[in-house]
Amino acid sequence: MSTDLDRTGQEPADNAPASAASTGAPVTGAGVNTATDADMNTGSDAIDTGTGRAPHGNTAAVIEPEPGKRKLSTAKSIQEAIAQEMRADDSVFVMGEDVGPYGGIFSSTTGLIDEFGADRILDTPISESAFIGAGIGAAVEGMRPIVELMFVDFFGVCMDQIYNHMAKIHFESGGNVQVPMVLMTAVGGGYSDGAQHSQALWGTFAHLPGMKVVVPSNPYDAKGLMTAAIRSNDPVVFMFHKGIMGLGWMKKNKRSIGAVPEESYEVPIGKARIAREGTDVTVVTLSLSVHHALDVAEKLEPEGISVEVLDLRSLVPLDRDAIVASVSKTGRLIVVDEDYQSFGLSGEVIASVAERQPELLSHVSRVCMPDVPVPYASQLEHSVLPTATRIESAVRGAVTK
Amino acid sequence: MTLYPELTDEKRRKLLNSMVLIRTYEEAILREYHADKSPGFDIGAGLIPGEMHLSAGQEPVAAGLGAHLTKDDAMTATHRPHHVAIAKGVRLREMTAEIFGRETGLGRGRGGHMHLFDPETHFSCSGIVAEGLPPALGQALAFQRRGGDRVAVAVAGEGAANAGAFHEALNLAALWKLPVVFVIEDNDWGISVPRARSTAVTSNADRGAAYGIPGVRVEENSVEGVYEACGEAVARARAGDGPSLVEVHTLRLWGHFEGDAQGYRTDLEGVPGRDPLPTYKQTLIDRGAMTEKDYDVMTASALEQVEDAIDFAKSSPTPDPAHALDYVFSEGVRS
Repeated sequence: MSTDLDRTGQEPADNAPASAASTGAPVTGAGVNTATDADMNTGSDAIDTGTGRAPHGNTAAVIEPEPGKRKLSTAKSIQEAIAQEMRADDSVFVMGEDVGPYGGIFSSTTGLIDEFGADRILDTPISESAFIGAGIGAAVEGMRPIVELMFVDFFGVCMDQIYNHMAKIHFESGGNVQVPMVLMTAVGGGYSDGAQHSQALWGTFAHLPGMKVVVPSNPYDAKGLMTAAIRSNDPVVFMFHKGIMGLGWMKKNKRSIGAVPEESYEVPIGKARIAREGTDVTVVTLSLSVHHALDVAEKLEPEGISVEVLDLRSLVPLDRDAIVASVSKTGRLIVVDEDYQSFGLSGEVIASVAERQPELLSHVSRVCMPDVPVPYASQLEHSVLPTATRIESAVRGAVTK
Repeated sequence: MTLYPELTDEKRRKLLNSMVLIRTYEEAILREYHADKSPGFDIGAGLIPGEMHLSAGQEPVAAGLGAHLTKDDAMTATHRPHHVAIAKGVRLREMTAEIFGRETGLGRGRGGHMHLFDPETHFSCSGIVAEGLPPALGQALAFQRRGGDRVAVAVAGEGAANAGAFHEALNLAALWKLPVVFVIEDNDWGISVPRARSTAVTSNADRGAAYGIPGVRVEENSVEGVYEACGEAVARARAGDGPSLVEVHTLRLWGHFEGDAQGYRTDLEGVPGRDPLPTYKQTLIDRGAMTEKDYDVMTASALEQVEDAIDFAKSSPTPDPAHALDYVFSEGVRS
């Protein structure tokens, strides 16, 4: 598979080791300038050492971030979650392509090798079946591997290990064998990476039973969900959108840097979050699209259009209660999904309401990736992505109907 | 220098004993499988429904390999797993109950005969060709990280050597010097396709050279040959010297699965003469390692164990359909 994009010499400015960034010291990750990261970290110097860690499987009390506190990029918050769990638990380790000195193509593992060494941060050959399968075997023997699949688009070369093994062993063994592993992978488009490096595909994974599917939209959730994923005794697919990582070499979303507590905490997997309260229309979405939806909600507020934005945070489990509760308030439902429209999440969300309380649905519409491969040319790509423009149009259509 | 226990007559009897137990088991499953599928043949009917891949003829691989493994070592196997599971020490009762789809089975009736998981003996198998190899790497990786001398063994058929996962696994195992042994059972047939029409090399053991690991091919389904080759390979892995590849030219005595009429099979006439069980029995009698009476004791004991397991399975409860959705996750449920 091609990783040409990642080796073009662009500066991945977010390649700073978490430990170094915490001291504000200039650091060199893969030989790149990391000033952006040092600037970003405006709060306390200390990185939590893993105290207050909940036992595996338990959900710690969620500590809400306070405004004005330390801010991190989503990438950094993921690195921090991994680092804290690795300090607390010897059985946690990381495997994948370019996760070592490079720090992950999308900076999910920046700096980890400096603290934990090559024994626990393992660069792998381009052999996804072998190393994802190795993650499964290690998890079966009680380790807690975090395995990175560089782009979710690459699942085609290794899906058997994922859906026939990782996801089924617990069931096939009648609950006798657990597979506590995290499959971490980059999703999403918007930067002209073409049809094989831009897909969301979360619906494909969620369709197949046996894996939890987690898709954070912001730094706070990313840290808490990664911590919960590592501690989970079930396989968790952790899908981060490249556009929310806060990468210095990609158009930055303003909410890709946010307040993140230093201490370890879990965000429970399976609980949606109301990202913005509203009364006229519910936008159910996730990942980068949450931010587009929030932008639209902010824009329309002066016009008296009140948009509620529900960030699903996970597909499996899907928080159907939260969906129904929100629609019961607004009566109008728009699903915004960067994944393909047909046979996917958007239909599932609508069915959740239709099966339980169809009378709630005075309006339903979808803003999704139409059933077309992701185009390369920017004009074409942005015409099919669920952009703020398309969302705004859908919201106006919903409230004026 | 030999790094594994030399073959004594006592060990030879143990090898034969293991082969006898496996054959007795497969004959009993064959009997139970076909007992209630007539008139005609309905694959989904009967006390044992579904596909059934039996391993008669391949006992030498299991016996010769299993002799070197302990309960703490790991093994991944294939869609044809009974012989190696038995040689690994998987409990007969629970395995049989799983094959019968009972609540007392290894997977509480959720897995079936191609999906046996036994945490006690670190045994598992997969119905997907070559895909059992990668998880064995991870088990070996866990053992390597924790120290000690535990090894992981991945058993696969000769057809698996043409799959990508095989090559990825050999490379990664060699690269990380993992304590793993790859054992290829070459039974000449990939369902109906003869090896000569699927494989460009005459010995899959030669493929070890591509990854810088030792490769040995054992000819003539020789249990003692397997014992020696696997002894070397397991000892090498235990010593921290990395992976090895062993291919055994074995024999598929019966069809690919039960119900396979084998019309494609051009070698059937010579098959009975190649049955490894009577051959090895005669070898031991000829060398004075065993008497006919010893053999009778062996077969009686095997039959007793096997029938006990069959009885256990048949008398066990079937799973309650009210619990058909259980065990997808260990924590919580899908909403």
